Amino acid sequence: MNERNIYLLERYLDESASPEEKNEFENLLSANSEFRSEYEEQKRTKEVLRAMKLKNPSVEIWDGYWINVYNRVERGIAWIAISLGFFVCFAYLAILAAENLFENNEVPLLVKAGITILVFGIMLLVYSVVREKLFTYKYDKYKEIQR
Amino acid sequence: MAEFELLVKSNMKRAYYAALGIMGSHDTAMELSQEAFIRAYRSFKNFDKTKKFFTWYYKILRNLCLNFIRDNRKNVSADYLEKAQYTSDETNPEKTYDKNEACEKLENALAQMDFDDREIIILKEFENYSYKEISETLDIPIGTVMSRLFYARKKLAKKLEGMLV
Repeated sequence: MNERNIYLLERYLDESASPEEKNEFENLLSANSEFRSEYEEQKRTKEVLRAMKLKNPSVEIWDGYWINVYNRVERGIAWIAISLGFFVCFAYLAILAAENLFENNEVPLLVKAGITILVFGIMLLVYSVVREKLFTYKYDKYKEIQR
Repeated sequence: MAEFELLVKSNMKRAYYAALGIMGSHDTAMELSQEAFIRAYRSFKNFDKTKKFFTWYYKILRNLCLNFIRDNRKNVSADYLEKAQYTSDETNPEKTYDKNEACEKLENALAQMDFDDREIIILKEFENYSYKEISETLDIPIGTVMSRLFYARKKLAKKLEGMLV
């Protein structure tokens, strides 16, 4: 089947063919047996599909649809606010803890150095992961493609 | 938010039915169509208002459906079709059984098809989109829409052998 034949067949099945296209289609149908059998198959398949429809959900579903979307958007904003607040509080407590640690003369210098290196390592790791994610998001040409 | 509310309300049925046809389950269609609206809201500032909202929204929905199928490692569910019209045959249990069986066969045949083939059949045959609407929604030329539909129906016919009289 070439492109023109597919085009004519689709337009005819869709009942959107112009009189000229209809004429061309009918001529093709009477002259070409392969085309005729393709048409019969497509027509029968379309009839089977036409006899079915997608199930309708209950009417009440539509009344609650927007409310559901709205609630979920609102909850998303709430979670962002909670996460941000938690992060700010955690950062503040971390600074307080660091100040206390370094002002406390009873803690050995070696422990202070160890904790400093540990915190530095964690921060570097977080920075590296965030940078990688941002870089991938910004420059990955194939991010929309399903893998 | 009022503008977005209007967009959701005027597109929710199309969104739901498109997702239902692709995923085959009421719950999944509800979940994914709503999730797609939430994502659309988050990126609403990127939406070019000179274009059709549904065309833009559908791309988000389509990606969510593909991700869902990939992550859940399963294909579409069944039991989402019904006969298009009730006729006097309904009183005849034998005919009713035949029609239910036909729904089941068609659901199974569609479930076995590739995502792209199933999608285009759902949009054209169940959602009654025009070739132009499908072309805009899927971002492909009208000629490609026609040939994809033709070959998708051909594959479906093969799966429905025996059912086509």
